[in-house]
Amino acid sequence: MKRGCPIDPGDLPNAVSRRTFVKWGAALGGSAAFAATSLAELEALAALLAHEASAGHTLKIRVGCPAHNCGGRCLLIAHIKDGVLTRLETDDRQPDRVADPQLRACVRGRAYRHRQDHPDRLRYPMRRTGKRGEGRFERISWDQALDQLAAELERVKSTYGNSALYIPYGTGSYNQLNGRQTAARLLNLFGGCLGSYNSYSWACISRATPTVYGTSVTGNQRQDWLNSKYILMWSWNPAEMRDGTNSEFFIKKARERGARVVCIDPRMSLSAVSLADEWIPIRPGTDVAMMAAMAYVMITEKLIDREFIRRCCVGFDSTQMPVGAEGEESFEDYILGSRDGVAKTPRWAEAITSVPGETIARIAREYATIKPGVLYQGYGMQRRAYGEQAVRAGCVLAAITGNVGVSGGWASGLGLQADDGGPFWNVFPAGDNPVPARIPVFLWTEAVLHGKDMGPEHGVREVERLDNDIKLLWAVASNTLVNQHANINRTTKILQDESLVETIVVQDQFLTPSGRFADLLLPVCTQFEMWGLEDGWKYGDEVIVMPQLLPPAYESKSDYQICREVARRLGLEDAYSEGRDEKGWVAWALGRYRDTRFPELPSLEQMEDENRGVFSVPVTEARVAFADFRRDPQRQPLPTPSGKIEIFSKQLFDLGNDEVPPVPKYIQEWESPFGPEARKHPLQVIGHHYMGRVHSTHANVDWLREAFPQRVFINPIDAQARGLVDGDMVRVFNDRGTVMLPCRITPRIMPGVVDIPQGAWWQPDEAGIDRGGSVNTLTSERWTPYAFGNAQHTIMADVEKA
Amino acid sequence: MKQLAFFVDAAACSGCKTCQMACKDKHDLPVGQLWRRVYEVAGGGWEARGAAWMSSVIAYHLSVGCNHCERPICVEVCPSGATRKREDGIVLIDGDRCLGCGYCRWACPYGAPQYDERRGVMGKCHLCYDEIDAGRPPICVSACPMRALEVGELADLRSLHGAVADTYPLPEQGHTSPALVIKPHPGATMTDQAALSIINREEVGREGR
Repeated sequence: MKRGCPIDPGDLPNAVSRRTFVKWGAALGGSAAFAATSLAELEALAALLAHEASAGHTLKIRVGCPAHNCGGRCLLIAHIKDGVLTRLETDDRQPDRVADPQLRACVRGRAYRHRQDHPDRLRYPMRRTGKRGEGRFERISWDQALDQLAAELERVKSTYGNSALYIPYGTGSYNQLNGRQTAARLLNLFGGCLGSYNSYSWACISRATPTVYGTSVTGNQRQDWLNSKYILMWSWNPAEMRDGTNSEFFIKKARERGARVVCIDPRMSLSAVSLADEWIPIRPGTDVAMMAAMAYVMITEKLIDREFIRRCCVGFDSTQMPVGAEGEESFEDYILGSRDGVAKTPRWAEAITSVPGETIARIAREYATIKPGVLYQGYGMQRRAYGEQAVRAGCVLAAITGNVGVSGGWASGLGLQADDGGPFWNVFPAGDNPVPARIPVFLWTEAVLHGKDMGPEHGVREVERLDNDIKLLWAVASNTLVNQHANINRTTKILQDESLVETIVVQDQFLTPSGRFADLLLPVCTQFEMWGLEDGWKYGDEVIVMPQLLPPAYESKSDYQICREVARRLGLEDAYSEGRDEKGWVAWALGRYRDTRFPELPSLEQMEDENRGVFSVPVTEARVAFADFRRDPQRQPLPTPSGKIEIFSKQLFDLGNDEVPPVPKYIQEWESPFGPEARKHPLQVIGHHYMGRVHSTHANVDWLREAFPQRVFINPIDAQARGLVDGDMVRVFNDRGTVMLPCRITPRIMPGVVDIPQGAWWQPDEAGIDRGGSVNTLTSERWTPYAFGNAQHTIMADVEKA
Repeated sequence: MKQLAFFVDAAACSGCKTCQMACKDKHDLPVGQLWRRVYEVAGGGWEARGAAWMSSVIAYHLSVGCNHCERPICVEVCPSGATRKREDGIVLIDGDRCLGCGYCRWACPYGAPQYDERRGVMGKCHLCYDEIDAGRPPICVSACPMRALEVGELADLRSLHGAVADTYPLPEQGHTSPALVIKPHPGATMTDQAALSIINREEVGREGR
């Protein structure tokens, strides 16, 4: 499996800089790193590695774990021997303490050698020879590839205009210099491209949280969870998706300090097993019904924080309705059923959620009385038909229990870290897009099919109508062209039609399902083969450097380098690169972090010399979101229209859309066990984030497939009804497609629900049946009503023995 | 006599298998060899009450390597003398003397020894004796994101965490006196163990039991 970088000791330059030697010597001593980006330095690196090979030494280099789109940002120690990556260890900084814990990599990071050394790495630029999607390609030179890419950009620009160019959503790389931001910078210099907003992760929560709080920065620093007495993990699974490195560890610590933890999820997740005192299975898509019933119990049993509601909220009851909405249905009206005649009692919610009414009532009492408490909303419940409602309802529960703005509490919602929203993720400057129009990322297939018909009703921003359909797709670190977008059979038909999108370019390390649809397929080096930089993702106050460990494999190049060479062909190289290579940009980025966030951040030279890997700021006193507001809501108002927490949103009221009510409501989903569709396809399907993958990244790594094979998880009751035994090959199907894969019978998924973890690679057979197990073969392209977000968990299907 | 041992906090184990992977990476183990394995155990069931589902489901994970038993049956059955116990209690297989006959695999109730087809000998968790000798913890211990694994003197670990070493699916500890201390998951202590089963049999390899 081990494959070294080809270094021929017979072809070595004699000159090795003194500085590099110094660094190399220190790395052997365990306290320094080496680096290489320029050709001269690469040659020096080759010389060093050859020398070191003869000496049999192992270099140990601290490096950020390759940044994909998990919620973790971790530290690895890479062992390099004879020019080969031989082992990966993790953060060993001492002491390992809550204020500044080790950033221990998870199973995915520890398996990285088998991604790095994978035999299927793309080696050369390739051009399509067969029909789109057939997966037939021929090798071409880089010059041919880059000339063609530059020519296509010019052609589409001159034929249709810049707004026909589009860089699809994709989260395959977040090390600054690999990833789609590199292409965005180039196209912005080139006159722009159709822009986008939102994400596939949290469209609803990022759009709906501000309708309550005016901001998405609703989270305390995570160490504050240790001050909580009660933690509701609602649809939240930090152990698997790693919602910030160490989030699961902090919850463990909170429990050690006496917090009671309850997990609400259709599936008994790894988090439910290891972090929670109690697991409450809930029917997917019905979270708001349970939340409403909890509010009913709190209101009728007088458990709400009346004083906080009076001071800090609007729209809770008829006494505090906003101007222009006087006499409208307040939140209390909705809960008590004074307008619609339906009291949202636990018994009412039991019939919808499948959660026993007495359990709902007990959880309501616990959350309202064991204070301070956290209601942490995961993102699975908002990638659903009316995801906006679940977000708003959770925020309202936090507000009416007075858990907002206090240590140990939690305002719910997106929970970006107080008080500035946390890390940046990307500081590489994409620049300003001269094309103003932006679409919600989930609606890109609409913009291919009928972009010119799209306006505000499709979430289009900044312009009345789009002036183009998408004609060129440039997918960089993105498998969203096919695998991660909804309804694969629909998407691939769209992509196959060459009269729609005329040019598709894909840059990746592997021939992904998206790559199969490329006209031009460009091999990209891994994050170990280039310089990079990452920060703490959603949480955490750290910056992690990613020194180049190895030369790019085969003919691969970084996304940055590819874009730079395209820029050269477009006459934009100087503007694009500003004279910097990847390492130069890392040094520049460190400066940005130092200027804006971490004044103590050392220079790149110092971090390199000390083989430091990470710079972190210990959290000794955790910041609390909305503390100022809570103290003095008059002088420190929220950035909402009323300045207060908007339980009733006048903004939403003005939309006049029943699917976006001004107070959060339970709305039956468009595919639901309660609808007529359930007669045909009675099972709900969820696609949780699997421990063995980051979305679709790592899906091809043998070690991870051994640890976490792709299966459809099904309850024994549903399995028995279909005559299934554990391990049977089954078909999971609905009107959009069929997936065939083995089943795993487990009581850890509730009856009526099956789980196909998202991210496995679509692999159609001759009959179009997906043998790879991608849940998106079954999902729907229908978007949510307010956020225009993906509702990929709202699907019905059935299962049968294959 | 010294006896090094693993402590596993099964209550905190998420089943993420980072320990298993760190072990595979360090020892360069191909698919099929799992010197450390993570069992997924579940029990209980579901009952409909009208529209409600009443769940009595419990589940937990148990990470198991080699338990470096105080009475190692693998050493007893080894015909070549390749398997031996170090002074600190670590049980080692000497690859130069191992015949690859597999007696130890059949004898071990934990499935620890596994056949290494590449080298034609048996291999298993050796508690990262190289790390121990260098004053560092085994690779699985330093890997655990939940900090649920420890290594230490068996007597010390027992005085800290108790003497349980036979949570389901592990066999009764009297057989080989494993140098293992488990903090059981509450689910394991609340439930009739006869009602428990391994859910991820295919993931723990042919040695799964």
